[in-house]
Amino acid sequence: MSFHPEIPYTTGQHRSERVLAPEGEPFSFSPDERAKFEELASHYPPEQRKSAVIYALFMVQQRVGYVTRNGMRHVAEVIGCTPAEVEDVATYYAMFYKQPVGKYVVQVCRTLSCALKGAERVTEEIAHALHIAPGQTDASGTFTLMEVECLGACDRAPVVMVNDGWHECLKPEDAVKLIDVVRAKGEAGLSGCVHRVEK
Amino acid sequence: MAMDPILTPLVRESGSYTLDFYLQRLEGYQALRKALGMTPEQVIDVVKASGLRGRGGAGFPTGMKWQFVDKKSPKPKYICCNADESEPGTFKDHLLMERNPHLLVEGCAIGCYAIGAKIAYIYIRGEFLHVQHHVEAAIAEAYKAGYLGRNIFGSGFDCDVYVHRGAGAYEAGEETALIESLEGKRAQPRIKPPFPAVEGLYKCPTAVNNVETLCNVPAIVMKGAEWYASLGPEKNGGPKLFCVSGHVAKPGVFEASMHTTVKSLIYDYAGGIAGGRALKAVIPGGSSVPILLPHQIDVPASFDGLMKAGSLLGSAGMIVMDDTTCMVWVAKNLLHFYRHESCGKCTPCREGGDWLLKMLSKIERGEGQMRDIDLLLSVADNVAGKTLCAFGDAAATPVLTTIKHFRHEFEAHVREGRCTCPADWRAKEPVGAH
Repeated sequence: MSFHPEIPYTTGQHRSERVLAPEGEPFSFSPDERAKFEELASHYPPEQRKSAVIYALFMVQQRVGYVTRNGMRHVAEVIGCTPAEVEDVATYYAMFYKQPVGKYVVQVCRTLSCALKGAERVTEEIAHALHIAPGQTDASGTFTLMEVECLGACDRAPVVMVNDGWHECLKPEDAVKLIDVVRAKGEAGLSGCVHRVEK
Repeated sequence: MAMDPILTPLVRESGSYTLDFYLQRLEGYQALRKALGMTPEQVIDVVKASGLRGRGGAGFPTGMKWQFVDKKSPKPKYICCNADESEPGTFKDHLLMERNPHLLVEGCAIGCYAIGAKIAYIYIRGEFLHVQHHVEAAIAEAYKAGYLGRNIFGSGFDCDVYVHRGAGAYEAGEETALIESLEGKRAQPRIKPPFPAVEGLYKCPTAVNNVETLCNVPAIVMKGAEWYASLGPEKNGGPKLFCVSGHVAKPGVFEASMHTTVKSLIYDYAGGIAGGRALKAVIPGGSSVPILLPHQIDVPASFDGLMKAGSLLGSAGMIVMDDTTCMVWVAKNLLHFYRHESCGKCTPCREGGDWLLKMLSKIERGEGQMRDIDLLLSVADNVAGKTLCAFGDAAATPVLTTIKHFRHEFEAHVREGRCTCPADWRAKEPVGAH
């Protein structure tokens, strides 16, 4: 019995539910990727290779699009730890996708400063244009829409991040234009991150 | 009070992030040269005398932090630079690293020399990839010019600076969680003591410093502790970067002394409230601190000044809200953040955050009951101070502070069964499921 009977408390609502990432294709680093990983791992003491696990997982995600179980196993092998230790890390951090995503991941910041400037409406406009709800990928597999927490550029609110690029100061009415621009020109169409500082 | 910028001069000029610019226009790396001519103890002494307080949020004196690092330990020592800037409303380190990254590299090198470390790791949040590229380029330039690497300036001092990329975790900004994350684990805080100064990264003595803190060090070494302390009120010396966002006309990062009042930052620096509306409330130090009301803002935006006013300077991320803002919605928005970012290690924070969000959502939808308001206070009270790190207090604060000042709005939601605030910037329909 929940201590607050008016609020439903079901397992479906509980966020600690474990979702397994798909197996994915067999995975191993190419010689180039392996060399790059070894270079990054050399920044840490030799017995602390595990420090580079985040870099390794980003490399898996860059190639496959998300972090597969086969990818995690290979990372564990390369580092010399157990696959469970790698999964432990991969499932913790918000930037690792555990399911396939679209070619462009559109992340709308939903935290206070952006929300005050209308981030909810930006999400709404994009969701409407793509016919999807936040968290979903459109039918063509091109766009995934996500609501994320503070991206650290509150002066340019509302902030939208597309893959690793930024597009800031996006008014709700311009949100749909962003989709058109990315569709036409890809990430190169984004205006990027410019800061404003008072002299 | 107006002052010449020390951390962010010329940041608007093109190429301000290059080594040539830093050397020619900003006397770059002269502080490192000077520090290497001093003993490490002298460097710590001057930083201590300057009264430099950590810019990450807690305001702990940096010189003392460095002094606590166990110098006699046979293990290697480390500097971890906290560039995981994730506190809602804060974007100052972002600017420093993007436009003046060599200042940070120089600060890291001086810090390493002071505590006897040979390696500094700059932990940058994963979302700052474009910023990371600037910092990496700056480090590469510094190596090439001999400001990093072996035998810097012929002094026999070796120093390596590496960038470590995070992958999206607010909790990684907590110093022991940052260390855990650097070790390749989940970013979850450790039990303290032992503090990082004794047992930090790889169980070695470690100093964890914020980006802005380390960026202050070169100026202190160059111009002296007395000059630095004189830039602000007693015990709140030096320049400070303030981030003003939300309903203001000109949001941005402003460098000022800590004599400056919150009122002046909002109305003079950030151009006042956008659209000529009235101020309703301001969160002066990132989302984790208590809000101030319009009659409370004529206080210096310093560590001590804001504490006196009943809030905290925190990370100096000021979120300004105008009179259209619904405070129940504000609390709900922030609890959504804290629920999502809780690392899950301590039960009060993990479960408490979840319940606080559910109850706030219920009240915000207009389905709440009067007793829910006291229940909110009770749950928040059982989260604050009952967790390993300060996250619990941070998550409880938005609830406690909004109910303290705006209880009538919570009651109106329950009574009317809807939000009674005019807010045309809100979504027409609720977006996403909670």
